[in-house]
Amino acid sequence: MSINYKELKKGGFMRQRQQNYFSMRLKCVGGHFTAEQLGMIQSVAEKFGKGYVHLTSRQGIEIPFIHLDDVDTVKKTLAQGGVQVGVCGPRVRTITACQGNAVCPSGLIDTQKLAAEFDKRYSGRELPHKFKFGFTGCHNNCLKAEENDMGVKGGVKPNWSAENCIFCGVCQAVCPEKAITVDKAAKSVTLDENKCVYCGKCIKSCPTDACKGESGFVVSFGGLYGNKIAVGKNFLPIIFDAEKLFAIVEVALQFFKDHAKSGERFRTMLDRVGWEKFISEVEAVANES
Amino acid sequence: MKADDFLDITDVVCPITFVKIKVALEELNDGQILEVHLNAGEPIQNVPRSLKDEGHKILSVEDLGDGTFTLLVLKGGLS
Ligand code: HEM
Ligand code: SF4
Ligand code: SF4
Ligand code: SF4
Repeated sequence: MSINYKELKKGGFMRQRQQNYFSMRLKCVGGHFTAEQLGMIQSVAEKFGKGYVHLTSRQGIEIPFIHLDDVDTVKKTLAQGGVQVGVCGPRVRTITACQGNAVCPSGLIDTQKLAAEFDKRYSGRELPHKFKFGFTGCHNNCLKAEENDMGVKGGVKPNWSAENCIFCGVCQAVCPEKAITVDKAAKSVTLDENKCVYCGKCIKSCPTDACKGESGFVVSFGGLYGNKIAVGKNFLPIIFDAEKLFAIVEVALQFFKDHAKSGERFRTMLDRVGWEKFISEVEAVANES
Repeated sequence: MKADDFLDITDVVCPITFVKIKVALEELNDGQILEVHLNAGEPIQNVPRSLKDEGHKILSVEDLGDGTFTLLVLKGGLS
């Protein structure tokens, strides 16, 4: 029997060094599994695997030691517990996310909702090489946005208003970038926008809500953390509109398709083709009103 | 503004900083003021926000210039 490894890999089966065994990747969005899914995963690992799972570096679960003969049965069984197999190969990969503002007090955006939306829109889309999205809820960056081909980080642009301000000085004290100067005597607050990293610490600490702000997305492109290591670059101002974010994703994925050689990562392509061209295409969409 | 009590948390790290402040605030009534001496870095970045989340109001912060701050907190000032 000839085995179509390409097809198997598409279905999330990693060939093991042990002949005819596969480590099965499970689909995960934003690092969440329900208790029901976990129950099914447990029973499959016990019945078809070796009674353990492996947690991957990108929030996935793999069940090692699934025999080739059981692949179809296992897929069907898992589906009954709401578990799908994951993806490998040259396409959009597992979309990772921290818990975001649905749970975390520091969170500025709903990373889970975004991850689910991105999954719906882009999951499995065919590309020249793998492409990873990651969402992190704030500047603390628990999910390490810049490791991803495209990372999205929650941010907030502070907007200070004089009427509520009691010139307490908290915002200046909490700002990690020293972007704020409060002059208690002159009753003034100045913000150096070039220093601001949109972390929102000033807003979350302000006792009078004199400092507010609108949450948005800080986007980075071209992160790699494998054979080659590169930090994703951020060149756009903070984006407030989700539709704009989706438009930017389309530009990036299209640029990847149009310019990358087969098997070339997004970053490698950008470094070869030149960032200027990519930046100008992204900025054109970002600046559209 | 005169503080009703004083607390030094420059000798502890998060999250004990916050626990100590909570305990100190327990001793006060709403409307009373606690003065807190705390370190730069994590404590100054996290403590004011936690206090706000718990309904207490920061009245002022003074940077003592030696890597520490003094915070005046009004118990229950936001509730
Ligand atoms: C490494 C040691 C410890 C860690 C990591 C730790 C962690 C925490 C955390 C994360 C909280 C929640 C704070 C919040 O409300 O946001 C907490 C609350 C608390 N901890 Fe600890 N703690 C530690 C040791 C202790 C010790 C030694 C005591 C007492 C002797 C203590 C007493 C308390 C109390 C009373 C609270 C409740 C405060 C409240 O009313 O919310 N903790 N602790
Ligand atoms: S990145 Fe921010 S929102 Fe996400 S878990 Fe970390 S602190 Fe919370
Ligand atoms: S924290 Fe708020 S009230 Fe205090 S100085 Fe800053 S803006 Fe004004
Ligand atoms: S958002 Fe963060 S970096 Fe920007 S001014 Fe506020 S505290 Fe400073």
